[in-house]
Amino acid sequence: MGLSGQKVTLRYTIAAEDFISAGEASSHVKKTLNKLGIRHELIKRFTIAMYEAEINTVIHASGGEAYVEITPEKLMVKISDNGPGIPDIEKAMMEGWSTAPEHIREMGFGAGMGLPNMKRYADDLAVESEVGVGTVVTITVYLS
Amino acid sequence: MLVRDIVKTLDAEILTGEENLELDIQAGCGADLMSDVMAFVKDNVILLTGLINVQVVRTAEMMDIKVVCFVRGKQPTEQIIELAKSKGITILSTKNPMFIACGLLYKAGLTGRGVWD
Repeated sequence: MGLSGQKVTLRYTIAAEDFISAGEASSHVKKTLNKLGIRHELIKRFTIAMYEAEINTVIHASGGEAYVEITPEKLMVKISDNGPGIPDIEKAMMEGWSTAPEHIREMGFGAGMGLPNMKRYADDLAVESEVGVGTVVTITVYLS
Repeated sequence: MLVRDIVKTLDAEILTGEENLELDIQAGCGADLMSDVMAFVKDNVILLTGLINVQVVRTAEMMDIKVVCFVRGKQPTEQIIELAKSKGITILSTKNPMFIACGLLYKAGLTGRGVWD
């Protein structure tokens, strides 16, 4: 299996408040990218960013959807939810700023590192959000 | 430092993943916050943590971490062990608390650290 000029697309449903299965989509993407022979370091950056976004969807929204597009040029994932939205994206991008509830912190997340980590590993990170409507996070890692 | 020697140094129990015993580990990361682990970039890392849930294994998977050691005698559930097994991740458990476990490994020569940007 290789990426010979074609586009591969994958779609996942991220279950609501399901901390056990959170990360399954990212795990499947990682497996797929390995099979496609994508460079190890790029897979790692892409799937860490996607995993953080997936966790965020479980923590803050009632689940969501992930759409992955793999082309010879780039790896892209769009994670969308119908959650509460982010009132202040600039604040949410700051390390340590969090609105996650205590039980999420006890699980090892919600320390205000999710979005900063996504930014750290993605080549491009776009966050579109509307309060009361939802959030769309788009993560891109370029292959060339 | 070989995983085999880490097991000895920490007096740890191997719960799954004997196949990684000859793996050479270059650095250690001790954290209960998985997002901190994900800010830690380095290959051939052992993760020491007091956090017990399946997301520890998922985090290790995303970070290509092949060895996880639970500290302070904490015992992971069968579900955690099974997930680790399916990902080829070694799970250790030591009675040592976090500070002592990290100290023992550091003293034994595992002084590598991660890279933050």
